[in-house]
Amino acid sequence: MASRIIVVTSGKGGVGKTTTTANLAVALASMGNRVVAIDGDIGLRNLDVIMGLENRIVYTLIDALEGICRLNQTLIRDKRIENLYMIPTAQSKTKDAVTSEQMKGICEDLRNDFDYILVDSPAGIEAGFRNAAAGADEALVVTTPEVSAVRDGDRIIGLLESMDKSPIRLIVNRIRPQMVKKGDMLSVSDVLDVLAIDLIGMVPDDESVVTSSNKGEPLTLSTDSPASRAFKNIASRIAGNDVPFQDLDGLDSNGKGFLGKIKRAFFGRC
Amino acid sequence: MGLFTKFFGSQKSGKIARDRLQLVLVHDRSDISPEMMENLRRDIITVIKNYVEIDENRIELDLEREDSSVALVANIPVMTVRRQRGKAGR
Repeated sequence: MASRIIVVTSGKGGVGKTTTTANLAVALASMGNRVVAIDGDIGLRNLDVIMGLENRIVYTLIDALEGICRLNQTLIRDKRIENLYMIPTAQSKTKDAVTSEQMKGICEDLRNDFDYILVDSPAGIEAGFRNAAAGADEALVVTTPEVSAVRDGDRIIGLLESMDKSPIRLIVNRIRPQMVKKGDMLSVSDVLDVLAIDLIGMVPDDESVVTSSNKGEPLTLSTDSPASRAFKNIASRIAGNDVPFQDLDGLDSNGKGFLGKIKRAFFGRC
Repeated sequence: MGLFTKFFGSQKSGKIARDRLQLVLVHDRSDISPEMMENLRRDIITVIKNYVEIDENRIELDLEREDSSVALVANIPVMTVRRQRGKAGR
């Protein structure tokens, strides 16, 4: 199978890029793929703590670029799961430490050894984002059902299109089905209407995301929670499987809501 | 809007979010750089001057957003219309 390089991005900060990257990396690896997750957020690294690998860092991506070590020395093997690796970035450098060309080079070097290379992009639309996206073939755009996050997502989608990333697919994170039902939150279909790109997953707001980040154990490692199932479904769709979309309205105690029925009528699988 | 909410109760915030989002995106997506706007203005003037004499200093050119559409609105004061020479208008 040809190796795929996917950048995980959003525009706005704090919508769940790093959590998404970590969970998808774990889920893809547990499906039997060789996976590496790269922290593309130089100077503000966080993928290491979300994955619980912060104590195992010896060399960073920047060390490899500066010739202090070889690229494969930066790979941290996740002992909890086979075929999962993480490449940390430097915490003490700034975004200028890497160029787009260097990032492309690194991604190409890794292509031979991995099925999936996930790059966790920093927030923003500047050099950091451009470098993180430089080596990627395709992109995942993470947003939450908020005006500000969707707006920034729209901007990022435009930039990714101009960089010829394809496919560019959307993840709507932190959905609160009860609030959507009451009409107090943008629904996934609202978001899809305005952004007009393909949906690859929707993730409900889930307290277990907080506890998992407290512990440094991505949800998809073990927990069976609504968010965990959502991330596993996304991983499966990335791998090319046709997974029906989770019925988000069915996640709460109330079962099937009126809005859910309407949404299903219009959107089929949503 | 004020009357509407008075009679029908307040609008759901999800709907408000959707409306605001649509407006803000129409605005974002129609952003034309000042440089591009200036070029557009210059080209329009050049074309129009072939037909009528205009007051270049009083030209107003702007993008106007209404609901979910954008229009290029130009207000170009005409001084005199050029005399038509022959049928081809040359």
